[in-house]
Amino acid sequence: MIQPPSASSAAESVFRGYLMLKRKEKEAAAFTANGLPIDRSIKIEKSQAAKRAEVNRNLVAYSFIAPNFIGFAVFTLVPIVFAFALAFLNWNGNTEMTWAGLDNFIYIFKNEMFLASLKNTFIYTIGTVPLTLVVSLFLAIVLNQKIRGRNFFRTVSFFPYVGSLVAITAVWNMLFNPSMGPVNEILMRLGVENPPRWIADNDWAMFTIILFSVWKYMGYYMVIYLAGLQGINSELYEAASIDGVNTWQKFWYVTLPQLKNTTFFILIMLTIQCFKVYDIVYMLAGAGSGALSEATTVLVYEIYNSAFRYWRLGVASAEALVLFAIVLVVTIIQFRLEKD
Amino acid sequence: MMIESTGQKVLKVLLYVFLIITAAIMILPFLWMLSASLKQDRDVFTFPIQWIPSEPEWSNYSKIWTQIPLLTYILNTVKLTLIVTLLQLFTSSFAAYAFAKLRFKGRNALFLGYVATIAVPWQAYMVPQFMMLREMGLNNTHLAIIILQAFSAFGVFMMKQFYEGIPTELCEAARIDGMTEYGIYAKIMLPLAKPSLSTLTIFTFVNTWNDFLGPYIYLTRDNLKTIQLGLRSFIGQYSSEYGLIMAGSVVTMIPVIAVFLSLQKYFVEGVASSGLKG
Repeated sequence: MIQPPSASSAAESVFRGYLMLKRKEKEAAAFTANGLPIDRSIKIEKSQAAKRAEVNRNLVAYSFIAPNFIGFAVFTLVPIVFAFALAFLNWNGNTEMTWAGLDNFIYIFKNEMFLASLKNTFIYTIGTVPLTLVVSLFLAIVLNQKIRGRNFFRTVSFFPYVGSLVAITAVWNMLFNPSMGPVNEILMRLGVENPPRWIADNDWAMFTIILFSVWKYMGYYMVIYLAGLQGINSELYEAASIDGVNTWQKFWYVTLPQLKNTTFFILIMLTIQCFKVYDIVYMLAGAGSGALSEATTVLVYEIYNSAFRYWRLGVASAEALVLFAIVLVVTIIQFRLEKD
Repeated sequence: MMIESTGQKVLKVLLYVFLIITAAIMILPFLWMLSASLKQDRDVFTFPIQWIPSEPEWSNYSKIWTQIPLLTYILNTVKLTLIVTLLQLFTSSFAAYAFAKLRFKGRNALFLGYVATIAVPWQAYMVPQFMMLREMGLNNTHLAIIILQAFSAFGVFMMKQFYEGIPTELCEAARIDGMTEYGIYAKIMLPLAKPSLSTLTIFTFVNTWNDFLGPYIYLTRDNLKTIQLGLRSFIGQYSSEYGLIMAGSVVTMIPVIAVFLSLQKYFVEGVASSGLKG
């Protein structure tokens, strides 16, 4: 059938156009189909090589991390997760675990010894942190001066930190022995009629422990302050000298602000360290009886007792979570303060 | 230098007075310990203090070895401390290299995991950790203590901070020369990291040597005990054997003091370069 030419041509042109379009598409498709595989294959080869290199790079990196990370993950991360779960369970380590809900937390906050340990730990921290901070800063500033025997003094002030705890607590208990110790002998010669009974007196026990801690740790934090001081640009001091600033002003307007980061770091480290105190207290106050009384008990001692004396692992974990929560909150607060 | 004014001179004298008093407070307890370790029990507390005993009681030092199995305790502690320190130095410096100088998938997430746990006190998870290790049959083994101490996040963190201060170009150059990453770690990074490694050694050595709670929980058999436990139980039993206690204390102190003194010249530098100052 012959169609009218116009119509047919029109139709044809449309059709051709359609075909052309189709062909173009096809061509395009062919082109891409032609192009792409090659393109793709290049890309695949490229990405395979790159991937292989990347995998290789990752593997090398993982091989560096693995020895530490595997140990760390299995023996630190897993127990941390487990600790959170355990706080909500009843378990004595042998029989089956049962769900406890918040019972463990309710129990510990009604337990007088635990509350006492909380109070004592706070007192210990509030006493130890500022004292250690001030003393170690002062010591560091002095030992940063050009003075004779600087290295000797630095080394000596580190002895209490290095010294074995059992040994140095034994010495302290003898030095501060209420009836025979040289400290009280000296105090009596100096005219103090009733020298404190130190660790043996409930009112003095915590103070004695704080005193010991400051003595033990000031050398360590002094070194960290010393490192901070050596990082201060000396031009700042020179500029201050030219401006006729006195020593005290230099300390207040140059040294202290420049040490802000160091102080912040020490503050966090010290606070955490104070909240987890155990062995110092145990060896000073528990030396005789091997147990801590209500006047000296601390958080970690309660955790230890709940777990390894009474085998109430859920309770121990609840107490441990309280310790963790305190440390976390203190750290967050200090970070906030740092920002302001 | 500027001419010192009288005010400055007075200040300097005050500084020395302060320093000498502080040094005395720091060191006198140790000297007293040494002196008491050479006295008979009844002479320990005589006042005024006789710093150098007229008739030194050397027998304290021989008696302490037979009164308690001190040699066993010391050998146990030496063994644990050496293994932990070596493991700690190796795994930390090794892992820290990847965190500081290599790019890889999951780097930030993994490192965050490390940093986050630094803030978690060990005492907060020591109980589940003990149950886990007991389940593995590691209660009353030295392996438990090694595991406890050898993989610290702190070591990795500290070494990473230090490596980051070493220019990356140094690694790049070595890579172009065809050195493997292991080679770069061993031949370039480690030799440069001496101050940092010394600092980490002091920390780990002191911590492991002096650790009490860890061994106290895990080691209940006498032949496994460390020196801290041994000395502590001796003090608990014979609290009035002052001379012996002090002799034992002196013996316990010697190794840590020796390690500290031999490495201390790197110490301030190490703390400074490791960014421990925050």
